Formats: sequence, structure tokens, C-alpha cells
Amino acid sequence: MSEPEVTPALAREHGLTAEEYGRILTIMGRTPNRTELGIFSVMWSEHCSYKSSRKWLRTLPTTAPWVIQGPGENAGVIDIGDGDAAVFKIESHNHPSFIEPYQGAATGVGGILRDVFTMGARPIANLNALRFGDPGHPLTRHLVGGVVSGIGGYGNCMGIPTVAGECEFHASYNGNILVNAMTVGIARADRIFYARSSGPGNPIVYVGSKTGRDGIHGATMASAEFDDNSAEKRPTVQVGDPFTEKLLLEACLELMSSDAIVAIQDMGAAGLTSSSVEMAARGGLGTELDLDRVPRRETGMTAYEIMLSESQERMLLVLKPGREDFARAVFEKWELDFAVIGRVTETGNLVLKEGGRVVAEIPVQPLVDQAPLYDRPWVKTPERAALAAADVPAMATREALTRLLGAPDLASKRWIWEQYDHLVMGNTIVRPGGDAAVVRLPGGKGKKGLAVKTDCTPRYCFADPKRGGAQAVAECWRNLVATGSRPMAATDNLNFANPERPEIMGQLVGCIEGIAQACRALDFPIVSGNVSLYNETNGKGIHPTPVIGGVGLLDDVADAVSIAFEDAGEAIVLIGDTTGWLGCSLYLSALFGREDGAPPPVDLAAERCNGEFVRAAIKARHVTACHDVSNGGLLVALAEMALAGRLGASLEGPQGGVPAHGWWFGEDQARYLIATRAPGEVLALAAKAGVPARRIGTTTKAATLTGGGFEPISLAELSDAHEGWLPSYMARP
Amino acid sequence: MKARIHITLKSGVLDPQGKAIENALSGLGFGGIGNVRQGKYIELEIAEADAARARQKLDDMCRKLLANTVIENYAIEVAP
Amino acid sequence: MHAVKSAIVVFPGTNREHDAVAALRAAGGREPIMVWHRESEIPEVDLIVVPGGFSYGDYLRSGAMAAHSPIVRAIVERAKRGVAVIGICNGFQVLTEAGLLPGALMRNAGLKFVCRDVHLRVENAQTVFTAAYAQGQVIRAPVAHNDGNYFADAATLERLEGEGRVAFRYATPEGELSDGANPNGSARHIAGVFNATKTVLGLMPHPENASDPLHGGTDGLGLFQGLARALV
Repeated sequence: MSEPEVTPALAREHGLTAEEYGRILTIMGRTPNRTELGIFSVMWSEHCSYKSSRKWLRTLPTTAPWVIQGPGENAGVIDIGDGDAAVFKIESHNHPSFIEPYQGAATGVGGILRDVFTMGARPIANLNALRFGDPGHPLTRHLVGGVVSGIGGYGNCMGIPTVAGECEFHASYNGNILVNAMTVGIARADRIFYARSSGPGNPIVYVGSKTGRDGIHGATMASAEFDDNSAEKRPTVQVGDPFTEKLLLEACLELMSSDAIVAIQDMGAAGLTSSSVEMAARGGLGTELDLDRVPRRETGMTAYEIMLSESQERMLLVLKPGREDFARAVFEKWELDFAVIGRVTETGNLVLKEGGRVVAEIPVQPLVDQAPLYDRPWVKTPERAALAAADVPAMATREALTRLLGAPDLASKRWIWEQYDHLVMGNTIVRPGGDAAVVRLPGGKGKKGLAVKTDCTPRYCFADPKRGGAQAVAECWRNLVATGSRPMAATDNLNFANPERPEIMGQLVGCIEGIAQACRALDFPIVSGNVSLYNETNGKGIHPTPVIGGVGLLDDVADAVSIAFEDAGEAIVLIGDTTGWLGCSLYLSALFGREDGAPPPVDLAAERCNGEFVRAAIKARHVTACHDVSNGGLLVALAEMALAGRLGASLEGPQGGVPAHGWWFGEDQARYLIATRAPGEVLALAAKAGVPARRIGTTTKAATLTGGGFEPISLAELSDAHEGWLPSYMARP
Repeated sequence: MKARIHITLKSGVLDPQGKAIENALSGLGFGGIGNVRQGKYIELEIAEADAARARQKLDDMCRKLLANTVIENYAIEVAP
Repeated sequence: MHAVKSAIVVFPGTNREHDAVAALRAAGGREPIMVWHRESEIPEVDLIVVPGGFSYGDYLRSGAMAAHSPIVRAIVERAKRGVAVIGICNGFQVLTEAGLLPGALMRNAGLKFVCRDVHLRVENAQTVFTAAYAQGQVIRAPVAHNDGNYFADAATLERLEGEGRVAFRYATPEGELSDGANPNGSARHIAGVFNATKTVLGLMPHPENASDPLHGGTDGLGLFQGLARALV
């Protein structure tokens, strides 16, 4: 088979601009062959090079005394004491999941799991943040069903509990759903493995599944807008094999308990290309690979195909010299392919050989360092005027609550998380369905645990990117606090539309600014992340969706609280100020189809102060249940606590002159609801700390919400609305 | 030679997947559909020149592993 | 005092072996011996556990490929000698595929993986596995499976009922049988069955994930404690 001639037109087909192609010619000093062009195209894709976002990502706070590894490795690493480290990252698989929801979502989970265990960590929790189109859109039901069973199919088989996440619906995702998967793992802090090649002459080893033609150009697909022909891109979607990945996990961790590994990286997007190039670049070295030795599933594969394949469940290792046989025995025990395919060199070049002949030779440093970096033009999103409560229609509280609890964004997601094994490993202490989930560290040794959660409110980000970015961080942080944990660090998944449009670039810039500000104010650094751009179909972009995945630390999981009311007769106390902010609220969008007004302000000082107070109150065991107040406001949060605990509440009416709809459904930030047996003490401590707190009711045995100036509502009725929507939606033909 | 094995649920065994397919087909407007049953299809190459002996081996494979005879029937086709 | 000796069999794809270890530890047994599937011999133990997971990825049929491994032949031998064997979830599927227990586990009637707490009615408390429970007692433990829909032909079901070989049934918290309380469509709400000598138990729910106060309940621990007492 003859290789096609490389021309500017072929470069364009590979998604490279004329200017980028010119830069390749300069680096190479000649016309590249097709394999070399393919390698440049994937390494310089938005997905691998972050060329549109890199300038702004650099402004994020990424360090703290407890951060062991920030962005730039396979995953972020933080020190959680006693020699333990938490390793975590979030990653998108948006485009593949739209094209083939089951496999797209499944391989998304597989990829993020590999990112984490590549670093020497045993994964202990999976999370996922999902955004689908309008429930009435003809594709939505099919996509929800496929994505959820794909996530479950992979995570369940791996035996990693899927414990938390979110799922929302909006018409802006009709043509571009979002599937963001996060994995949290545990390692010894002094046994972290990096993807940094060293030691010229060291063997480079390929392990895992064989290479096929699947997923060629997945990275470039993830960097392009959709059009009506996108469904035809189906052949490039990879197929996941969670069984092989489980074996790969166990084999890697077994080998990692020895001293045989110098460096390790998974073959994710852009497969063998990005793994070999990035390991060499980080180590400032070269790599020589003999492609004839790459295990393959299909015959007649070209160098181009081998280098660009995105076959799943593969890893690339650099071993210490002489340790090949030892490593081979480990992988053979787990029935996995093992092949020495090359060696580390001092040349600084990536050299690929086939039949003893050099088929590609590219200098590594320029391939990585001279990747394009764009300062794309951007315009600031115009500020919106705040919406007065008087401009928002009132609805009977009883009716509004019932409808909100059954609205797609707030309805129970039990139908989803019951398809995920959220209990395997036996360490799930706070289960899905509340704020953050809590998982105990494995091994049955200590009492420590991690709280984990993802958050984002895209309609806020769309209205005011900076405020929305800060709010996503604040809400995630608050969710971690609400379990009693100390928020430690976060990972971000920045999902945006086409950055070549200045208004979209403005959203990206604004959101990052807000995220950076909130992370600084809350001592909550970003240690890993992913950017997904071009989430746009026929010129229609998604709402900006910067998902924040957070990790908090609990010294003793027995201290953790959930959202469920525990007992009747306890005081319900609202922490934080309530002005009745209805602009951009779910009340407005779900009940009146309106998304106008400015989103609620985010007061980071109040956020921190209120959060620290709540965490201390939980630690002091004053709190029996805690829930952050966010989407849907106070009464929604309260109803969720009542439903989870199967206890009612008798409530005071609106206070401070706030109108009823603003009081019950406004979305003022920095607020929590707590249940306590010691209200006097809690209120006194709050007063001393300068934290706004007021008692708004009492839990009751009677399963009804009473008082509050509205008609009583039975929990049975609320439960029907809350639990009913998703199963009945999914059951429709 | 090449062998094809069809594995189907026994007639008395409820097939929820077949039922779901049937419902989905009628939801798509295909009328007059009934008794949808989902099964498995396995293809393999067997190094055996004699068809009868190949069948015997395949039968053994089906009983030992490929089918669960508590709930499944199987049918074997061989082609040179 | 002699503490119960157990072996936990691990196949490629097994993933709840450590959950079983934790429950056996909590019940006061000796540290279980982990046995890799390629081994053809099982150490001398009082109890063999075939834990949950996705042996061989659940490819072909759940439990089918593991059931034909050499180690399972060794388990069958040992079971014939009266050694107690418990198969949990995927382990139950393996034991039915291996012919140690009657029936088969089919795809859940709802066609979806299901992970949630269920209530189980103890149908026969006169066995080594259930001695810690009272007849008719209702306990709570989670299920987590795709293929838990118990099937056996009518004659087999009658025989199981007649011989007291139904171990647990899915029930409401009050112990009533109802389709709503049955998470997978199992025939006669069966969640677990014994072999003829009641020395082999297979069940879909996970008592090992209800064995620690921090799990939100310890109803499952009784099974391991009962075994620890009965087998020494």
C-alpha cells in the first residue's frame, strides 16, 4: 500500500491550519510523511495541546502545601496524611458518547480509571457529571439510557463503586451531550508513579490489549464541531473491555509494588503517539520504537494506524534495565500482552522503525514545545441586571415545591445510580442521592475517608461566566463541607462551545477567572483537569459548563453526616443570608421557562466563614443532618432532607420581609440547612462566629411539611413527584 | 471447517430481552410481531475434516460451556 | 478456641473478595486464605467462599467460564465431602453453572443492573449458614447484579420447597412477598438456595456489604458469625 503524498490539503484534512502546517515544515526541515503528519495532527489537536485554553489555564491556582502533583501529569495528587495520597482527575468523553452512548461513556470511564491507576493508585470511587438535551428532544432518552448503562457496565465490572455525580437537562445540549467521568484513587505518598522517561537504553514496554484500528483520530474528533454527518463518524468510536482493564489494573499495581518501573503512562487519546511522545518530552529524551513488535489484533496495519489507534486498555512502561522478565511474568500471570517495543534514547527524537527501516523521525521537544498556543480574541459576556422578586411571578408554595421536585433537573436520579454498583469494596459510608458521597479508605486500617462530589450550574455560567465559575467551585466546596469533610483540592472539566467565536472564548475566560478567584479564596487548588471545546452543532453551542470535581478529607468517617433527617423533634437551622434571589433560579426556569436575570452573587468570604462554622459544628457532633442549599432553594433542600429521612417538619414562615417565593425558592449562596439536637448551642456559636443562623423549624414524626404559611404537603405526594419523573420518562417508548 | 452455533432460550423460559424488543418494535410501528426471542450466535473454526466428528465435538462444547442446558437450547451448523 | 478457617477463591474479574475478607474478619474467623483460580488444589479449610464480581467479564454467561476452571472441580470435590461452600452473587452464578446448585440466574426482569438494599426473609434457619437467624426473620442487605433472576423448572422448584432448600426470599420489610420487593423477577422470590445436604449455599444479595455499622446495617454479619460458630 503506498502512502498518500503529504500536501497542504492533506494537512487541512488532519485539522491543521496553513500556519500550523508551515510550522511543521520548519521543524522538520522537509515535507513530513503521512505518519509524521498524523503524529503532529494529534499532538497539536485541541484535545492534546490545549492550544486555545493553555494561556488561561496557567492562571488557575494549582499549589498548596498538601499538593504533591498538580496539572500536567496523568492525574493530580494530594497528601492526605499518614503517608497516604489521594490521586484524582476528571475527563470528558462528550463527542464519542453522543455518537455511540454506551461505548462512548464506557470508554470514558475506562480512560479516567487508567489515568489514576497509572500513577500507582488503587481507584476507590467513580463519579460522573452528565448533561443531556431537552427531555422532549427525540434523542435524549436513547442517550440517557445508553450513557448510564455504559458507565455502569464499565465501572461495575471493574469493581470500583460509582458513588456520586449529577445529571441535568437543557436544550443547549441537544446536539452535544456532556459525559464527564472522575476517578479518585489512593496511593502511598512515596510510591507515586510518573510519566517521565529516564535512563537512555531503558526498555520501553507495551502491555494490555492488542492494537486494532479503533478510534483512529479520536483526539481530532474531540476537537471538531459536529455537523449533520457526525453519526457517520461511528467507526472511530472505541469499544471498551472492562474485564481486560480489571486485569490491567491488578497487573500494574502488582508490578508497581516492585522497583521495576521507571515511568508509566496510559495510551488514551492519541494512543501510542501521545504516550511515547509525552514520556520522552517530560524526561527531555528520545524514543525509538520498533512497530513490528507492537501486539496487534488486525493484519496489514500501517505505521500511521498503529501510532494513531485509540484501542483501549493499553499502557506504555519504561522499565529498569534487566527487569523485563520479571515484569513479563506479572503480566502473563494476568493473561495480558507484554512486548518490549523499543528503548529510551539520547537523540531527542521519536524514531519509528518498521522492517528495520526508519518510517518516521520527529524531534520530540519542538513537537511538544512548539505546539500552537492561541490567544484567541474574546469578548466579555454582557452583564445582566438583577431581577427583583416583584418581577418574578408567585406560585402557591405547595404547587411550586411539588413541581420543582419533579422537574428534570431536581427529580431523584435514583434510576441512574441504582444501575451503578455504589457499594462494592464495602467502604461507601454516605451513599449517592445526597450532597457529596463519603468513602472510607480501603484496607480496613484506619478511620479516614474522602468526600467526593462534582458540581456546576451552567445557567449561571451562561448568564455571568465569572460568577458562574466561582459558584461552581463554591457549591462543590460546600457539598464537601456538608458531609463534615475538609475540602482539599479539585479537578476541573471545562466544557465549552467553539472557542474561535469571541463570545464563547469570553465565556471560557470568564469562567476560569471565577474558578481561579474562588479556588484562591477557599484554599482549594485545581490539581488536574481537562478541557473539552467545540461542543457545538451547526453553530449552536452548549451552555458553558465548567464542572468542578472536589475531594474532601474526613479524619474519622464516623463523623460524616448525610442529608437525611435522623430523628423527630430536632431543630432545623438555616445557616447563611437569605435575600430571596430568584434571578436565574430553577424556580424561574423550571416553572416559568425563563432564564433571565443575574445569577446570585458569590460572596467568597461568607462562603468560607459559613462553611468553616458548619464543619466545626459537625465535628463537634452538634449536627445530625446537613444539606447545602442550592438549585431550587431552601424548601427544596428541606424537602430532600425530609424525604431522605422519612421525617416531616413543621416550619416557620418567611422571615426578614423576604417574599414567600424568594424565601422558599431563592438561590442565595453560602447557605446550609442543618438539623441539630442542640439549637441553643449552635445559635450561640454562630452568633459568636458572626455567621448568620436562624431556626426555621423542627423535624416531626408526621410525614408532612406543615406551617410556613402554606398548605401542608405530605411526603408521600412529594416522593411520588420526586421519584416518579425519571423512571416514567425512561419507560416511555 | 467453519461452525455456526445458535443458542436460544428454551420455550418455557421467560425472555425479558425478547419482550423488550417486541415492545420496541411495536412502538416503532411494526405491527403483527409476536414471540420475539433473543439468542446468541457463535462462529468458530474447527480443525476437523470429518463433519460428523466435528459435530460431535461441537455438541460437547455446547453442553460443557457454550450453552446452559438448564435454560438454553442450541443448534449446530457446519460448513466445509 | 479454634477459629474458622476459610478460603476465598479469586478468578480474573472477581471484585468483592476483599469485602468477604472484611466480613469474615468481623465475624472473628482466621485470616482467610486467598486462592488464585489457576491453583488446582484448595487448602484444608472449613469454609470455601466464591465471592462476587465479574469473573471473565461475565462474557458468554455470568459464571460460565469460571465454572469450568480446575479450581471449581476442586471445589465440587470438597463440597461432596461436606465442606461448607458459599457462593455470593457471581459466586452463586458460578455454583449453578458448575451444577453444585440447581437452576440458573438469568438477566434481571428489569433488564438493568440493580444496586440497592433489599429485605430478605429467612426461609430455613436450621442450617450452618443461617443458624444465627430466626425462621421467618427479615434481614436487610444490598444486591448488586445484572443477572440475578433465579430460574428453575417447576419440578425443581417444588423439590426445593419440599426439601427446605430455599434459603432466602426477597420480601417487604414486614416479610410479605410481593413483586415490588423482588428486585430481579426471581421465580418464587427466591434470593438464595441450598444443595441437598444444605452444606452449599448460593445467594444473590451481599451479606458482606451489610456487616459493619458504617454500612448502615449489620444484618449480614449474622451469616458469617453463624458460620464461624457452626463450623468449629
